[in-house]
Amino acid sequence: MDGADPIIRLRGVRNAFGPQVVHDELDLDIYPGEIVGIVGGSGTGKSVLLRTIAGLRRPQAGRIELFGQDALAASEAERTEIDRRMGVMFQDGALFSALTVRENVEVPLRAVTGLPARLRRELADLKISLSGLPYLAGDKYPSELSGGMRKRAGLARALALDPEIVFLDEPTAGLDPIGASAFDSLIRKLSGTMGLTVFLVTHDLDTLHATCDRIAVLAEKRVLVTGTMEDMLQVDHPWVREYFHGPRARAALATLERTG
Amino acid sequence: MADGQLQFDEREETGTRVLYLKGDLSVQTLARLEPILARQPAETVLRLDLSEIERLDTAGAWAIAQLEARMQNAGGRLDLEGADQPQRQLLETVAKALPQPPEDAPRRRSLTDRLDSLGRSTVAAGLFLAELAHVLGLFLSRLGRTIVQPRRLRLTALVAHCQDVGWRAIPIVALMAFLIGVVLAFQGSVQLRQFGAEVFVVDLIAISILRELGILLTAIIVAGRTASAFTAAIGSMKMREEIDAMQTLGIDPAEALFLPRILALLLMLPILGLVANVTGLFGGLVMSWIELGISPQMFFIRLIEGTSVNHAIVGMVKAPVFAIIIGVVGVHAGMKVQSNAESLGRMTSASVVTAIFAVIVADALFSIFFARYGI
Repeated sequence: MDGADPIIRLRGVRNAFGPQVVHDELDLDIYPGEIVGIVGGSGTGKSVLLRTIAGLRRPQAGRIELFGQDALAASEAERTEIDRRMGVMFQDGALFSALTVRENVEVPLRAVTGLPARLRRELADLKISLSGLPYLAGDKYPSELSGGMRKRAGLARALALDPEIVFLDEPTAGLDPIGASAFDSLIRKLSGTMGLTVFLVTHDLDTLHATCDRIAVLAEKRVLVTGTMEDMLQVDHPWVREYFHGPRARAALATLERTG
Repeated sequence: MADGQLQFDEREETGTRVLYLKGDLSVQTLARLEPILARQPAETVLRLDLSEIERLDTAGAWAIAQLEARMQNAGGRLDLEGADQPQRQLLETVAKALPQPPEDAPRRRSLTDRLDSLGRSTVAAGLFLAELAHVLGLFLSRLGRTIVQPRRLRLTALVAHCQDVGWRAIPIVALMAFLIGVVLAFQGSVQLRQFGAEVFVVDLIAISILRELGILLTAIIVAGRTASAFTAAIGSMKMREEIDAMQTLGIDPAEALFLPRILALLLMLPILGLVANVTGLFGGLVMSWIELGISPQMFFIRLIEGTSVNHAIVGMVKAPVFAIIIGVVGVHAGMKVQSNAESLGRMTSASVVTAIFAVIVADALFSIFFARYGI
């Protein structure tokens, strides 16, 4: 990925809610095909950053380039085009409760002109299966699914149009360790085969270890450092040190070393 | 992502059929790609050349994997050529993930299924009534306990709910009753004038408002306002496990939540009914004066002479019953809320519908009862 142009490029982004400034002079580059994990303490605006890049929130200042295009200056049509190349998986799936899982996955596919209903249904079934859900889950309503299955269904919907970037908001929060590690390897596998760029907001150190190529730490209203897990261990910043050298981090590192 | 380009070329080369695909194999071109692949004979050998493919996404890979599976089942073979490493990996992943619909197709609903669902809904209706009776019983037992030990009463909560249920409802109830009085006077005068019996409009207004409309419409408005509020308040507590937390802390939800609410309704609905009666008669008086020239003095004389106080008593007797119906239905629906937001919305609207329906049914039963005994 060296030398390639970044697929997401943030410069001087400022987000504020009234007098409370969340991000100031925030810069971040994400390159095609990499999985970047965003970590930070509560209230450092991880989800706000995700929403800003995904176009759900306009920053007060700064520049956002997606696919080399200025996303903030884009016309409505260009913005729709950009949105189509991105997928977002929200924390609890954010599935439409009135639709079955299959219909949920079909929603983005409806935007494709000339795609017959039969193919749309079969593609939705494929995405459901790729996300690791059993076939029969497609007929169920979101309220009938467990939290982990809802997340997978949310992922299936985010991947419906083969986006180039997916945003995952706390993909493993609330999952049991087995479900969480299955989700980790699913993300890895899909990113590998579909060439996805993944923007992953997480608190889960195991997920960071298992999936991320790079980690970006949000602190002091900006991206404090980026780098691999090994780089993080060298960083001399109180929060970063506590985060990556805490007892939980050591446990996660130890498991990783044991399993190779 | 403009509409992708797709070109194809079918040839016969050294005895094997070869299909060349060029351009995009993506969800945009799938509608055109699928028929091309679907018409390939399945039982022969086909070579598929992908070397000039610019883009392959899961949709395109799915179409190829489908063809491969179909040919394998029919004894043919699909040879792929020219796919690069990532493309081959994608094809492999998709082929592995091809959805396998379960063999047994969904059965048609048979007669026993219908009988089964009929039985289930009958039992559910019976259970529903039993649950309402349970809430009513809880309320009455806590009420009895509070009467024996008045110190148990949560006075602050009771007063707050009285304010919410009663005081804040006065403007809408008064306005509603005033307008009903106006409408009755207007419609009654049009009809009664034909017989030259305009003065009886006072009897018409008085009897219909005091006996039926005043309290019934008040109960309906309160059902809409308060049953939904009860359900929403208790339901959101139920949703966030607050009620479970109360139980573990040794607080009785029936005493802390149900009793003050239903009791407030029980105290306030008669007062609201009275307000409705007075403003309804006032509305009738105003309209009779304007429309028929019946002076207020005349109205009062006619009202006192022509209308037995029994009508007012019959109306007010219903108020406590309506209050308990609305309160019990609202509280019960709140306790039925599950841990998701949809069920909160569903139960809130269900509680309003059920409460209004039950109030009207109870009113009909009262009418029959009073007519039987000639009151």
